[in-house]
Amino acid sequence: MSIGTSTVVMGNFTDPNALLHAAEKIRDSGFRKFDVFTPYPVHGLDGAMGIKRTILPYISFGGAMFGLSNALLLQYFTGAIDYKLNIGGKPFFGWQFSIPIDFELTILCTALATIGGVFFLSNLPKWHLPFQHDAGFQKAVDDTFVVAISSEDPRYTTDGTKMLLEQLGASDVRIVEPKND
Amino acid sequence: MAIEEQKVVSHSRTVSLGDNTPALPEELRDPLVLGNPSIHDISEKIASITDSPMNLKFLLAIGATASLAGWGVLTIVYTIATGIGVWGLNNPVGWGWDITNFVFWIGIGHAGTLISAILYLFRQKWRTAINRAAEAMTIFAVICALIFPLLHTGRPWLAIYWLLPYPNQMQMWVNFRSPLLWDVFAVSTYGTVSALFWFLGLIPDLATVRNYVKGPVKKMAYWLTSLGWTGSNRAWHHYEVAYMILAGISTPLVLSVHTIVSFDFAVSVLPGWHTTIFPPYFVAGAVFSGFAMVMTLLIITREILDLKDYITLKHLDNMNKIILTTGMMVGYAYTMEFFIAWYSGNPYELSVFINRATGDYAWSYWAMFICNVVSPQVYWFKNLRRNIPLMFIISIFVNIGMWFERFTIISTSLHHDFLPGSWGYYSPTWVEVSIFAGTFGIFLTLFLLFAKFVPVIAISEVKAIMPTAQPHHHNEHH
Repeated sequence: MSIGTSTVVMGNFTDPNALLHAAEKIRDSGFRKFDVFTPYPVHGLDGAMGIKRTILPYISFGGAMFGLSNALLLQYFTGAIDYKLNIGGKPFFGWQFSIPIDFELTILCTALATIGGVFFLSNLPKWHLPFQHDAGFQKAVDDTFVVAISSEDPRYTTDGTKMLLEQLGASDVRIVEPKND
Repeated sequence: MAIEEQKVVSHSRTVSLGDNTPALPEELRDPLVLGNPSIHDISEKIASITDSPMNLKFLLAIGATASLAGWGVLTIVYTIATGIGVWGLNNPVGWGWDITNFVFWIGIGHAGTLISAILYLFRQKWRTAINRAAEAMTIFAVICALIFPLLHTGRPWLAIYWLLPYPNQMQMWVNFRSPLLWDVFAVSTYGTVSALFWFLGLIPDLATVRNYVKGPVKKMAYWLTSLGWTGSNRAWHHYEVAYMILAGISTPLVLSVHTIVSFDFAVSVLPGWHTTIFPPYFVAGAVFSGFAMVMTLLIITREILDLKDYITLKHLDNMNKIILTTGMMVGYAYTMEFFIAWYSGNPYELSVFINRATGDYAWSYWAMFICNVVSPQVYWFKNLRRNIPLMFIISIFVNIGMWFERFTIISTSLHHDFLPGSWGYYSPTWVEVSIFAGTFGIFLTLFLLFAKFVPVIAISEVKAIMPTAQPHHHNEHH
């Protein structure tokens, strides 16, 4: 689960090995409402955080099927039903000559579904970032790994969670209040 | 027994075996980024380019390219207002510079998709330094390409119902049996997917730049375009799969685009065009010309923006190897076309090819052959593959040669019709030359704006391939 918009405790990491270890420990301690912010995708972090496989490929496949079926329907309807036009004695519809358009529309709709899907699943675009005022948090798109645990998580206690992050090797462990105005 | 032991050692380097462990092959290669920058240095280097003020050199450069683009636009307006009679097209030669330029520009784009998609699927880490600029070139090249067939319709404002299937008051539909229409779908899909793929790759980098830039207008621009990216791993995790899917579909897409462009010729019945070698031959040529254009522009970019630590000689060397390979492929196609023209026993086919090499357009054929087949042969030698002035010259040669290839294919098959009585000759007018020059102006203007305002190197991708960026989890026993 994402961290939402309530108070969080944050800690910074710079070593990817320590980060991976910390994410595993936080997951194993039973936390669910936490997140890791990284400047680039870190291998193995999804598993360490306990994130399930994304459903994006199914969305993309849906797009592909939509594109393919519409390409076939479009060519069949316009050529063989709605306006039959004899051009050089060629058939009004044939699967052979429909392939280029079938292929291109399949690709186009797959791409649109994938982009739409990734935006939807990642909650983008997002015009309000409640923790953007925190200087450490901003460094998550530069060179720092930031771990954030939400106070809404049932296992959260102010001192206990701070201590957990410190024990895992986080630096600059801090409580960050969201700015929700 | 001894061999087996060695194998075990070399496969388990992270098991601590002392200092005798052999290096992984990767560690023996040249580093991908020189100067050993920290992760922060990478953000700083690329983001600072977007935040620096425009200097006189930049303004002069963009002034020159924008003027050229402006001249192109004026001649386009002149063409539309008067009709395409202002071009040099005539009765046997109905396609001239317009379609040549269309195929030329579409081809330029192919290197971008090859680098961003195919090299990604093959896990070629060196692509990260050049993919952003190459993909940008793809999009700009497609924009330039689209101008020509649209103008060739003569009345571009009516092109919408000739080209797109939408219900109109005449209750007519487009002709799905024509390769020209396949081309409309192929090129518009290609442009759209390339732009989406490029933008997806940009989002994390725009977020990096958003936090870096100072001016309020710039800040707002990067705020809006980075879509509120925070680097959350819950977003990265969908993002990486999306990137993989887009790379996966762009790979067949890029092969299909120039295949379908080649169908414009191959599906016709003209000698010299009606050949089955066209699709692979066009795709190889497209990658060849695209890499040459990427090379030309990146040599200048790395010099001016001081990116020599990121776009290293190793990158240029690898690209030259691809230029050599694809150059040999087109060389093979040129030769094989001649062989098949003779072997087919078709006198018209043979006559077209003999005419290509010895007829009115022989100058164009041999310019193509020397530029495309002979000139890249210098890249057999490593020191020449790493010689910057030489590779700049060769890349220009290849650009010229690939333009001549399309011109040769189009004009030689058309100017000799089946009956000698209807033979003719085509040369362009100043209007066609101006429009072509204008598209170079448009292309270079867009590229300059890109180099100034968009992160020219994929920041997050370069960070991810740095030696210490990833956890080493080969030997974790929990």
